[in-house]
Amino acid sequence: MKKTAFYGALTVAGFAASMASAATLDDVKERGTLNCGVTTGLIGFASPDANGVWDGFDVGVCRAVAAAVLGDPNAVEFVPTTGKTRFTALASGEIDMLARNTTWTFSRDVDLKFEFVGINYYDGQGFIAPRDLGVSSAKELDGATVCIQTGTTTELNLADYFRANNISYEPVPIETNAEGQQQYLAGACDVYTTDASGLAATRAAFENPQDHIILPEIISKEPLGPLVRHGDNDWGDVVRWTLNALIAAEELGVTSANIEELAAAPTGNPEVNRLLGTEGELGAMLGLEADWAKNAIAAGGNYGELFEKNIGENTPIGLARGLNAQWTDGGLLYTPPFR
Amino acid sequence: MSDTHSHSVAFVRTETLPQLPPPASEAGVVKWMRENLFSSVPNSILTLVSLYVIYQLVTGAFPWMANGIWNTNSLAECREILDGATGACFSVLTERWNQLLFGFSYPSEFYWRPGLAFLLLFVAAAPVMFFDLPRKLLLFTAVYPFLAYWLVWGGTIYTPLFALLGIVIGYLVYARFVKDSFAMGFFGGVIAAFIAWFIGGYIVGAIAPAEPFLEAVQSRDMGGFMLNMTLGVVCVSLSLPLGIVLALGRQSDMPIIKWICVIFIEFIRGVPLITLLFVANVVLAYFLPPGTTFDLILRVIIMITMFSAAYIAEVIRGGLAALPKGQYEAADSLGLDYAQAMRLIILPQALKISIPGIVNVAVGLFKDTTLVSVISMFDLVGMIRGPILSSTDWNGVYWELFMAASVLFFVVCYGISQYSQWLERRLATDHR
Amino acid sequence: MTSVTDPPQGSFRLSMLINDTRYRSYTFQFIALVLLIGFMAYLGINLVSNLAAQGLNISFGFLGDAAGYDINQTVVEYDSQSSHLRAAVVGIINTLIVAFLACVTATIFGVIAGVLRLSNNWVVRKLMAFYVEIFRNIPVLIWIIIIFSIMTVSMPAPRDFRGEDPSASMLFESFAFTNRGVYSPAPVIDGASGWIVIGVFIASIIGIFAYRRYATKKLYDTGQLLPMLWPSVALFFVPVTLVYFILGRPITLDYPSLQGFNFQGGLHLRGSLIALWFALAIYTGAFIAENVRAGILAISKGQTEAAASLGLRPGRIMNLVILPQALRVIIPPLISQYLNITKNSSLAIAVGYMDVTSTLGGITLNQTGRAIECILLLMLFYLTISLLISAVMNVYNNSVKLRER
Repeated sequence: MKKTAFYGALTVAGFAASMASAATLDDVKERGTLNCGVTTGLIGFASPDANGVWDGFDVGVCRAVAAAVLGDPNAVEFVPTTGKTRFTALASGEIDMLARNTTWTFSRDVDLKFEFVGINYYDGQGFIAPRDLGVSSAKELDGATVCIQTGTTTELNLADYFRANNISYEPVPIETNAEGQQQYLAGACDVYTTDASGLAATRAAFENPQDHIILPEIISKEPLGPLVRHGDNDWGDVVRWTLNALIAAEELGVTSANIEELAAAPTGNPEVNRLLGTEGELGAMLGLEADWAKNAIAAGGNYGELFEKNIGENTPIGLARGLNAQWTDGGLLYTPPFR
Repeated sequence: MSDTHSHSVAFVRTETLPQLPPPASEAGVVKWMRENLFSSVPNSILTLVSLYVIYQLVTGAFPWMANGIWNTNSLAECREILDGATGACFSVLTERWNQLLFGFSYPSEFYWRPGLAFLLLFVAAAPVMFFDLPRKLLLFTAVYPFLAYWLVWGGTIYTPLFALLGIVIGYLVYARFVKDSFAMGFFGGVIAAFIAWFIGGYIVGAIAPAEPFLEAVQSRDMGGFMLNMTLGVVCVSLSLPLGIVLALGRQSDMPIIKWICVIFIEFIRGVPLITLLFVANVVLAYFLPPGTTFDLILRVIIMITMFSAAYIAEVIRGGLAALPKGQYEAADSLGLDYAQAMRLIILPQALKISIPGIVNVAVGLFKDTTLVSVISMFDLVGMIRGPILSSTDWNGVYWELFMAASVLFFVVCYGISQYSQWLERRLATDHR
Repeated sequence: MTSVTDPPQGSFRLSMLINDTRYRSYTFQFIALVLLIGFMAYLGINLVSNLAAQGLNISFGFLGDAAGYDINQTVVEYDSQSSHLRAAVVGIINTLIVAFLACVTATIFGVIAGVLRLSNNWVVRKLMAFYVEIFRNIPVLIWIIIIFSIMTVSMPAPRDFRGEDPSASMLFESFAFTNRGVYSPAPVIDGASGWIVIGVFIASIIGIFAYRRYATKKLYDTGQLLPMLWPSVALFFVPVTLVYFILGRPITLDYPSLQGFNFQGGLHLRGSLIALWFALAIYTGAFIAENVRAGILAISKGQTEAAASLGLRPGRIMNLVILPQALRVIIPPLISQYLNITKNSSLAIAVGYMDVTSTLGGITLNQTGRAIECILLLMLFYLTISLLISAVMNVYNNSVKLRER
């Protein structure tokens, strides 16, 4: 009797607690900071500088969301996660969103119960090899030793690719990107495989980048995007439309340079007006201020600016836009309309 | 008598010879070497082999260290200056020392806070470690945890103050009731402390200033060697009382309590620490009430504390078992009850002989705190493997960094283990 | 009348639950049990509601699914289409391999260092003290990473063996030390006759033990001392060599050779295995050295002197008097060091050695997201191993316990 009451009390307490935490958006607003999961350090995407300030392409997305929700791009608490910890960190509520080049796959979306809110980088898995190895195609890698970073989809793609081409290889699993580099440069593995963007970032850090070639084969589709917990659609919408706002801003020609001017008064373009909150009530529909998108774009610039600043052709990483160009330029970026 | 003799026998020497020094092979350095290094053929071979090993170590390491470069900004510059010569690039240490010691996000203007807490640690630990010091110093030891918490984490001073107050109230209640019954005193004290904390929580929330004297620092901003130290000190001190309780529970003659303790201890001791850290990292969140999250660092502290408590419990059990049975019987014959006997007779002696063992556990645990780097925390090893080695400037500096880490750990662990050996000699009261 | 003289047995008061020693232990146990059950229930309810909130469940069905990843070191047959369960088994075997190798090597290191620390040679003594202190006081994780880095950075890559004037060459044309590990010749057993040779070898080892037993018995019964060393050596070498040549050398060696990107053939000890093995061995060896030293020191000098006064030679004093007593002190901590090695082998994850923590607790966990299930299984595995080793230790302790009267 007594025990039943005890259980009952516990259950009630449990449910009460779960009710309270259902709305991530409210939690973030109340807390005043956004907890954003990033990598433990991948130059160009998310890495802390010597002063511990995080910077990078994924970091830019976090800052945009923080700016949209809280009005302050610096109100972000960056939580470094590994391949192993990222999903639990998100599922347990330790982080509000995960922006850590995470591949959108069926099982992660459906079985692990996460919600990918969009794609911020279209990537694919490739190989890097020393030039003097004399390899020009991944199909020539029969018997090679391949370094892979564990905890990602890379090892599955690799196994599938070599199996499909009926060639053998020796996998060398590595915990961190830095150790992968060490192994590869010392010749402990013949080739190093990871996402093509990661390869470019890795190669950029080499002493003699021109001594290494990235093989032409891209063996997988790796749509990378931010994700949130399943079931909290309001919060999912906030993150999704913040990302879309960044992409739309580039399409519409809204940049961090001209945004103040465009947002000051309604312009001739109604979609720009709706985006920047000078017309319509899009912000209120999301539960945010009217100038949410303006803050998000002002935080680090539009998608194109983020790209150029962190991983574009003028940075050491030197990635071309490729698939990640606007649809109007032959790329895949195509955001739904803001109306 | 004697002089007749001396004069009469021709072949007896009449005057004493001057003393000669012992032969060269039986004196000084040569004798020492003969006895200690070349007493037999195998021994000589061993000596030569050892000398060769030492020679190799020294010639290998010395030029590298002596040529070390301390003032560049990147590995590339370092290599440029060295220009192919052997030499270490210690400038990674001068440039990143703050990250190695404090992690990359602890605010640099507050470095003095953990530094001060570290220095005060010696003052707090001294009366526990050296029995000759005045007992009054223990008062500082009791205050130290709250002070250190305030220094390292910052925030309003009322939080540690009210935590301390809760303990004081609990102790007063305990002291009031313990004469009637230990159980009543103990549970009363615990309950009183909880009530005090509960109320204190509200009061702190109400009176906390917006701008505290020491600015609060998030625990996930802690890193580097400071994180290792924090985890080591916090977990060992928390696990001591827990370990004592577990050890007593395991010795208890109440079967249910005994089995709970046995299962807990054996389970924890049977699995590697890294699986417990995985639990802290990826599983523990599922067992907390929905919506509550605590810091990774707090979860890790919980798991490491459980881990070390199980080991400390076994050490203390050894201490309890080592006490002569007469002590237990003597306590019984004085009419002391269980709590009194334990508190006044058994535990003081058992704990004293367990100290060396506890110190060994503490050293082992301190070394094991490096495992948190595997679960993406940036302790000393995590800092090296993560941010520093992956930065463009320092990609490829392994020796210097790991040597620095080794030196830090060596100094601390060797110091503690020397203390433990000294203590063991002091406690060895039986004359063998 | 009766009510005055009788003890107040009928009148049970509530306060007796806490004040009467007869009932108090029941009260405490009851409270402990209720608290425990309450705590467990609290965790259980949280777990259920958390899983329900996220739409997850607990199921071990994923173990049957195809793992999808490859493992480099496999003793049993495994490819990427094998199940997660099989990947876990491969990992378990790899854990046991490295733990076994490290235990054997650590014992050798430890015994040598422990004995040499008591040597009367000053240089050796100091050198061994240096070894013990250096390795005991620096975390094993740092050692593992350092040794792995040394291997990677300072050993030649396979491509250095190639070309007209290679910068590295194989030792005896049969061993290649590369930064991918060590390649050595592997024995190839040729059909049934090969197994016969192995059978003969095992039989002769059993024979050696049988002979020694017989010799001891003879010594105790009749006082006649049979030669020990030479018959043992003969038994060890002669039969197996004879059979080997009679059957036409059925066991051959497969030499590694550089083909394509890598050395092919032979036995490949991977760098990760060697780093983990060596680091665990040398680290734990330092602890074992201390145990050995303490064990030998624990035997009082009187024992040696008494044995000497009986006229025993130094070798026999060691074998018959000192060692049997010292082992009683050395072996229990030695076994717990073995336990530590097994548990520390889980650090394989730092160098990418595919032990059970890296397969089941690493890649499988990452790919399936089944954190609770994977870690539960992982803990169960280590717990089983630990309990087995503890059981062995208890059996040993009981068998050598001093029979006191």
